[in-house]
Amino acid sequence: MDETAVRVRGLRKRYGDVDAVNGVDLDIPRGEVFALLGPNGAGKSTTVEILEGHRRRTGGEVAVLGTDPGRPTRRWRARIGIVSQTSDERPQLTVREAVRHFAGYYPAPRDPDEVIEAVGLTEKAGARLSQLSGGQRRRVDVALGIIGGPELVFLDEPTTGFDPDARRRFWKLIESLAGDGTTILLTTHYLDEAEALANRVGVIARGRLVEVATPRELGGRSAAKARVSWTGPEGPQTIETHSPTQVVAELSQKFGGEVPELTVTRPSLEDAYLTMIGAGR
Amino acid sequence: MSSLAMPSTLRIGLSRGALELKGFVREREAMAFTFAVPIVLMLIFGTIFKGEIQGTGVDFRQYFAAGIIASGIASTTFISLGVGIAQERDDGTLKRLYGTPMPPSAYFIGKTITALVLSVTETVILFLLGHLMFGLKPPSTPERWLTFVWVFVAGVAVCTLLGIAVSSVPRSGRGAAAVLNVPYIVLQFLSGVYLTFTDLPKGVQEAGAVFPLKWICQGLRSALLPDSLLSAEPAHAWEHGRTALVLAAWGVAGFVLCLTTFRWKRRDDG
Repeated sequence: MDETAVRVRGLRKRYGDVDAVNGVDLDIPRGEVFALLGPNGAGKSTTVEILEGHRRRTGGEVAVLGTDPGRPTRRWRARIGIVSQTSDERPQLTVREAVRHFAGYYPAPRDPDEVIEAVGLTEKAGARLSQLSGGQRRRVDVALGIIGGPELVFLDEPTTGFDPDARRRFWKLIESLAGDGTTILLTTHYLDEAEALANRVGVIARGRLVEVATPRELGGRSAAKARVSWTGPEGPQTIETHSPTQVVAELSQKFGGEVPELTVTRPSLEDAYLTMIGAGR
Repeated sequence: MSSLAMPSTLRIGLSRGALELKGFVREREAMAFTFAVPIVLMLIFGTIFKGEIQGTGVDFRQYFAAGIIASGIASTTFISLGVGIAQERDDGTLKRLYGTPMPPSAYFIGKTITALVLSVTETVILFLLGHLMFGLKPPSTPERWLTFVWVFVAGVAVCTLLGIAVSSVPRSGRGAAAVLNVPYIVLQFLSGVYLTFTDLPKGVQEAGAVFPLKWICQGLRSALLPDSLLSAEPAHAWEHGRTALVLAAWGVAGFVLCLTTFRWKRRDDG
């Protein structure tokens, strides 16, 4: 079996005179959780929709599970799972009815009750979709996306609109899915989400993939200088250094103990990201 | 895993039909909207209309009953499917289905089953009401039964295809009912549902004769009402050949439109 789940070379998508996607190269190995970040209109959704077989490309080569998504077949569709952004599928159906029905589309579906349990909706299995909260509806979306036992799952901004607690619980669900060896391609606006879930992160801006790295290394974060700030007799002071510990020790000696308003920071993933998409300081 | 057989299109189509009907029955607004409108109209106009159609001995209310059965078929197919699919496109249901291994034809099989079951139910209700209130009688001979069946089936088929085709016209699911009711209501007046067709001005008759509803009305009258009505029919004949021809032409046009215009995504979604 092919070890690469997603292989993209020179992907282009043109709308009129505008290149929405302009030469994207990407490899996602099997079993990886890959997060695609980028501002609205950067080409993120377009790229993912091309991979999902929802949109045609203008140029380049794409293979998803070894198949060209520009020519989607039923058999290929049965191997991927798309957790789409909105769901209003028959609000009068119950969770169990919806999941069982979708199971009937696949040659080797997972057990519906088991999937309902996996997404944490066992207690709500008999409830109608219209009676569920936003977070519970999103869990149904996930259930419908994984009922076929997919090798690759597309998750499009899965936790938008969630409260922090619901997000944490949703992350656990994604982690357990990844733990089973499913490849996951995630798009998100939340950098903490990418940091918590993804093995690697890709940043897309103006139709190009600007960088692909682990969340720790993105934008040279791990090698970046730390900022040490404090308030001295002359007012607030800041220095950037590769050896913050030493600086703090020196300061401590200088002040004879506590350093007033001392902070030591490294660039966050958000700082690295904002710099990369050109919105940084 | 890849050696496993995919579930058959027919099985998925039947399962979709069952699912849609279940959803429909539980959705009271849709039920009321689709079923109740023709029934309410029948009750209202049935109490207003009086008298016989001149020189035919046929109670106008029976003429009207045949017409409202045709309207009922259009409501459970053209309106119900057109609005339903427009909403499913708008809320992302179609896009989600397109992303699964469900064969597209299974979706249409499900829709056809739904339309057929709803049309039969609606026709039975309207016929029973017409029978109890206006003395409408079932087809009197096997030939007339045959006419009733083929006109019904052809009417359902044509209006189903046109309903699927027209679902791409409204820009949003919310506005779909308003958009689709315009041709529906206008055509009922042009087609001789509320008024005897031959009493309409010549130009209106000619316009009405272009569209399928007029021919479904006329075909159902030919199955349900006596030949004494022929003096009040436009050609003084039932014109079964022409009815079949016009419905077939609209059926082909509807089918081609479905194939060429059907979209699984919203207009603003590429």
